[in-house]
Amino acid sequence: MNSAPALNPFAATELESQKGRRLVLTKWVMFGFCALLVVPLVLILVDIFVKASPLFSWDYIWQNPVNKGKAGGLWAPLVGTFYLVIGSLLFVAPVGILAAIYLNEYAKEGWLNRTISVAVTSLAGVPSIVHALFGLGAFVLGMLPAINRLIVDPNHPEKKWEAGLLTASLTIAVMNLPVIITSAREALGAVPLAFREACWNLGATRWQTIRTIVLPNSLSGILTGIILVVSRAAGETAPILFTGATYFKFIADSGWQKLFPYSIGEPFVAMSMHLHVICTQISKMPDVMKFGSAAALIVLILLINSFAIALRVWLRGRKRW
Amino acid sequence: MTDGTPHLEFCNLCAFYGSKQVLKDVTFTVPRNSVIGIIGPANSGKTTLLKTINRTLDFVSGGRFTGDVRINGQSVRSMRDPNELRRRIGMVFPLPVGLPLSIYENVAYAPRRRGVTDKAELDEIVERCLRQSVLWEEVKDRLQMLGTRLSGGQQQRLTLARALSLSPEILCLDEFSIAIDPVTTMRIEDVLKELRKSITIVLVTNLVQQARRLADNTLFLWRSEMVELSPTDVAFSDQPKDRRTYEYINGIFG
Amino acid sequence: MTPTTASKTSRGGRKFNLFDVTEKPTEWLIRLCGWSSIIGLAAIFLFIFREAAPMVPKLDWKTFFTSPRWIPNPAPGNEPSFGAFALIVGTFTTTFIGLIIAVPVGLGAAVCISEFAKGKVKETLKIVIELLAAIPSIVWGFIGLMVIGPIISHVFSAEPGSAWSKVMLTLHLASSESGASQGTNLLTGGIILALMSVPLIVSLSEDALRAVPDSFREAALALGANPWETVRRVLFPAARNGLLAACMLGLGRAIGETMAVLLATGHNNRIPQALTDPVRTMTATIAAEMGETVHGDAHYRVLFILGIVLFTITCSINLASDLIVKGVKKANQA
Repeated sequence: MNSAPALNPFAATELESQKGRRLVLTKWVMFGFCALLVVPLVLILVDIFVKASPLFSWDYIWQNPVNKGKAGGLWAPLVGTFYLVIGSLLFVAPVGILAAIYLNEYAKEGWLNRTISVAVTSLAGVPSIVHALFGLGAFVLGMLPAINRLIVDPNHPEKKWEAGLLTASLTIAVMNLPVIITSAREALGAVPLAFREACWNLGATRWQTIRTIVLPNSLSGILTGIILVVSRAAGETAPILFTGATYFKFIADSGWQKLFPYSIGEPFVAMSMHLHVICTQISKMPDVMKFGSAAALIVLILLINSFAIALRVWLRGRKRW
Repeated sequence: MTDGTPHLEFCNLCAFYGSKQVLKDVTFTVPRNSVIGIIGPANSGKTTLLKTINRTLDFVSGGRFTGDVRINGQSVRSMRDPNELRRRIGMVFPLPVGLPLSIYENVAYAPRRRGVTDKAELDEIVERCLRQSVLWEEVKDRLQMLGTRLSGGQQQRLTLARALSLSPEILCLDEFSIAIDPVTTMRIEDVLKELRKSITIVLVTNLVQQARRLADNTLFLWRSEMVELSPTDVAFSDQPKDRRTYEYINGIFG
Repeated sequence: MTPTTASKTSRGGRKFNLFDVTEKPTEWLIRLCGWSSIIGLAAIFLFIFREAAPMVPKLDWKTFFTSPRWIPNPAPGNEPSFGAFALIVGTFTTTFIGLIIAVPVGLGAAVCISEFAKGKVKETLKIVIELLAAIPSIVWGFIGLMVIGPIISHVFSAEPGSAWSKVMLTLHLASSESGASQGTNLLTGGIILALMSVPLIVSLSEDALRAVPDSFREAALALGANPWETVRRVLFPAARNGLLAACMLGLGRAIGETMAVLLATGHNNRIPQALTDPVRTMTATIAAEMGETVHGDAHYRVLFILGIVLFTITCSINLASDLIVKGVKKANQA
């Protein structure tokens, strides 16, 4: 009788070992793709911050730009961006949230819903420079003259409104409308239908149900959408190029004026525009100022978006059902 | 216990979702302060029947009905404000639903929407309704807790409490026991036995024995049609009006 | 139970509630806002056409689309020439380079995050992608100009006559013997566009892969497939439409990008002959030249016409990808 060594039926065959090795290789390749993405980015960011580091101080934020931006700080652009963000939020948040309520609560099915959804998607795909052209044509050349005809005193023609915070805010608002509508719609849709039905059966009207149950429970998603809008409004350059942003603007270095330097009918300075101009149009601009401005803008945007992510995680833990 | 005047009348009711007909020519009356049990297999139109009473069929895309539903002789269609109609009718659903509010606010929801703001009045309503639905003892010390954190059986009793909060004249229950434990089911059935003295109850159920326990009259709906309407003891006897009733109740088909 | 409480509430309890009284006007406002995106889109059409319209019959369309001579401000005595061919080529070549980098990297990263990464690693990667997507285009332009550009310039430079110089010339990597003339060029622009498009492609592709039901994966596992085979033979075909839509949206984004290419591609209005030649895109041209035009003159209006061309292209791409995704939804429901 042969006593051949007992074969282990669960040992890997040659083919299986080969496949196993290939699998490990594939896993490394896949992670390699991710590294390809992440590593260059990290290197780039490190490069920028290292080159900008001579400027890091509180003064950099608190001072105004000096000598066309070749020295000094970033106060004027920061304040301008802040007001631009507030202004565009004032327009886009109510309209977008109400539009999302309409789409999700009142006109949930049918051709109108589909048409509006297509419009929202199309609006989201419009290039930023086209938004700039729209802002120029609609708000600067269309709306401003109409406003000026109404409010300007013919004896003081120099007091007319120009392209500034108002027109730029409106342009950015139109650009961000799809973002709010989409976020709000998702947030509203996450509230279960069962809650609404329970309220209807108790005699509550649609609007009562929305404002007592649906809206309060979708605030977290809506808030995330708003923060996304804040981030985009702070970073966009093209839409404000011809609708109100400027570069040379002297604002006060102290006092009340420093906090409220712009009126809505005059040009203002913004962070994104500032970076664009010092990189492309001012000769003999020291490199460190360029890196500093870029680093500041990156920090601002990353702070806003990290806040949104943290908020989302925190609110997820506080779910009420 | 039951008096003769019809409280709720259905006249040639036909209901549709779009072009699909889900109720064919349903005609019957429900006397005041009685319990009518509606039995039948799934997709017979039982839930749709309830939705025509308080006009929540309007909220379903494509939902409509022809024929008439009358409460106290008045057609539901002719009522100006459907929300007022819904306040007069309490509804309990198959799946327990606790609104994401505190237990107190759950029961106070309907009175508040109606305009009640007096705290003493709301306190009284909340306690009364929670007592009626046998939930008061379990939650009286934690009325501020979120309603969604209660167990399924407790949430179903909370739904019942909400349904009673505006003192409705008609209470509709749609297969209320399918998602809760038998003990809670028994307790709610005891509540219904008490309530039937003062409220007309429409009880849709998939448990035929539940209809036998609670209902004065039984309606058998099958494939969108009325098969039989008789007093319960007749429907559950060996000789109901329609042979199919006997077969359904005894499980010959289902 | 006597309905005493019922009569109490119905008699005296109904107080004046601001929200309830304003219900009807509020619902009208909601209805109006529902139309806002349609109104906004129509307004964009309207106002851009309004500014471009007077020039539409006067423009020499054949020259516009076929000639690379873009001379809006000629020397006195000459006619301006609006040949946008070089700009169109500029747009498409930068986009092409951007996508051949972004699509494989994006799809690979999406597969990695969706199928191979677990738990904390997955969460971290997703957050990194989200933060990448948030970086504004002007910052990308800055990176192209000040970080990537100098690297490219350094890599693609050589002593005239050296081996590297000859290689660059034959492979059309550079147009002159000493290599790339400047750091801002077609290649830099393409790399920046790739870095910008990848987050979009990754997140949309990841959504598409996640939408494939787990039952597909389980079936493949039951048949003995390893994860790579599952991806290649089961998931990609199943998520094909969603992945395609993701790439098309990335394409649309790259075509419409303005500030990044403005800073990263240089100022040259000529058709590129080599990989490191400066180019100009349609978007950058509008951004750069609008400030110099006089309101109402031919140059001004032609820039709006350029905007219309851009708008048409990106709109069509977005609508096409939307239709593709809808085709997926219908198939999955069938």
